[in-house]
Amino acid sequence: MAVSMIAEPRALPRRRDNDELTEIATRIRVRIVDMLEAAGSGHSAGPLGMADILTALYFSILRHDPTDPEWDERDVFFLSNGHTVPVLYAALAESGYFPVDELSSLRRLGSRLQGHPERKALPGLESTSGPLGSGLSQAAGYAYAMRYLTRQPHRFVYTVMGDGEINEGNVWEAAMFASKYRLGQLIAFIDRNNIQIDGTTDEVMPLGDLVAKWQSFGWHVLEIDGNDPGAVVKAAALGRAVSGQPTMILANTVPGKGVDFMEYDHRWHGMPPNADQAEAARRILSRSRGER
Amino acid sequence: MRLADVDTSDFATIRQETIRSGFGKGLLAAGRESDRVVALCADLTESTQMHLFRDAFPDRFIQVGVAEQNLVTVAAGLAHAGFIPFTTSYAAFSPGRNWEQIKTTAALNDQPVKIVGAHTGINVGPDGATHQMLEDIALMRVLPNMVVVAPADSIEAEKATRKIAVNDAPSYLRLARDKTPVFTRPDTPFEIGKALHLQRGNDVTIVATGTMTYEALAAARILSERGINADVLHLATIKPLDEDAILASAALTRRVVTVEEAQIAGGLGGAVAEVLSEHLPTIMMRIGIRDRFGESGGPRELLDHFGLTAPHIARSVSAWLEALPSSGDTQRG
Repeated sequence: MAVSMIAEPRALPRRRDNDELTEIATRIRVRIVDMLEAAGSGHSAGPLGMADILTALYFSILRHDPTDPEWDERDVFFLSNGHTVPVLYAALAESGYFPVDELSSLRRLGSRLQGHPERKALPGLESTSGPLGSGLSQAAGYAYAMRYLTRQPHRFVYTVMGDGEINEGNVWEAAMFASKYRLGQLIAFIDRNNIQIDGTTDEVMPLGDLVAKWQSFGWHVLEIDGNDPGAVVKAAALGRAVSGQPTMILANTVPGKGVDFMEYDHRWHGMPPNADQAEAARRILSRSRGER
Repeated sequence: MRLADVDTSDFATIRQETIRSGFGKGLLAAGRESDRVVALCADLTESTQMHLFRDAFPDRFIQVGVAEQNLVTVAAGLAHAGFIPFTTSYAAFSPGRNWEQIKTTAALNDQPVKIVGAHTGINVGPDGATHQMLEDIALMRVLPNMVVVAPADSIEAEKATRKIAVNDAPSYLRLARDKTPVFTRPDTPFEIGKALHLQRGNDVTIVATGTMTYEALAAARILSERGINADVLHLATIKPLDEDAILASAALTRRVVTVEEAQIAGGLGGAVAEVLSEHLPTIMMRIGIRDRFGESGGPRELLDHFGLTAPHIARSVSAWLEALPSSGDTQRG
């Protein structure tokens, strides 16, 4: 009997429309609030602000198979600013990589949901991160492999960095590398929320004209509203369409997005909500769901 | 343990070759053995001997520029994509500069990234202290998952390179710049995690690694002329450490000397002291660099200055033994 060498087409997760993405993003925000409240420590503002980007990635952009996390035809996502991992855990659980119930184990002894992501602990994680500045390089290494070694032009590598994170020199080493090797399959996001631990990015270390900076490093640069999942999906498509040049998407986001008393307040960078604050946050988020 | 048959010729007559050249040949062989082996360099391709691989497999060679943080993190990405990346620079820069990236993206991330540190020890010579990496053993052996190998000569470096290419683990390979005696043979056994027994003796154990093993063996010959019989072990692998070999020899001699071209704090001396003090408290002397930096000078001149050539090692060991209470006193007193 002849054996077919052509792999069966897979039933991949459906690509959601913009209304569905907004709905899912709100659900993910509620889960972030729940997780952080249960954990009693962790970062609030970044994960909430990035919920739309992660929702767009896991529910529209990425070709991935939650039933086979190591599928060798998948797109790959490296979370570089590992402290925002609650949003990734929520997106992975919503996608079906592991049970949603497990989210409440965040940061507990023995949990697969470590305070910062550890690749080998949980299916769906592509790397271990936390110390800032190393995700872009790893994504570039993977993109290099796909372009020059495995020759898989149909696969893409995505990464998200924080804006404070690009204070790190490692990021700019990777910026030169990805440009030199024309890594068109590399699509990076900067979560441009203007805050970091000690204050605003302007106070701590001004980033200047990021469009001009990344362009001068040879990148294809887009600037979008990072809290509009539809804009994220569209920018990723534009990035995929440009070959021979890596794409940087400057995603302007509101830190703490969706929970008004956290928005734009850098004190929420590294703080979890207490029980009352979490309850208030859930009320606000459910109201925003009702309004739509 | 069977005694390894090695060349015991004098320093003046023995064939000499750099340990890094053995790495270059080993990497070329590893590249032939697996097309998953890729090589990355931070602008030091020839002096780290990666040019042999680059010339044979230009499609699998990646120049990353003077960017050691990028060097190992790009390698971590390549490893995640299924490749076996070897990264080279001078050890002063990798792992000297990029230790956190190595910890997080190679060791904790458990990717088989190979960190090859060239130009370790004071034999780097005239470049001086900034370029003489003495802290690398301590830095790398504290990392969980990490394998640490310091070959003794070019032949062993070639074998070690081929072995770590297939060990599926983050690994550190310690090289040296200056020519050193080639005293192991092509058929001398090499296994990661196994000590090599080079000479039998009951009076003192000498444990050495890397460039110091030949010197330790030559020192042992000088000692035997003075009636002191040393049991000589070569530990090419510092992590995982061959504790059984160390303990067996220490049980026999009750006196242990370590010799390394590195800081003794946290180095081989530290590693052996940890094992002995937990399982078989034994009096020790650690020969190596003692809490100071290197300096400029000729390679051999510096080794002499720091007491790391055979005559110095022999003198240190015999003086130390003479100053100790007799074995009867230490064991029964």
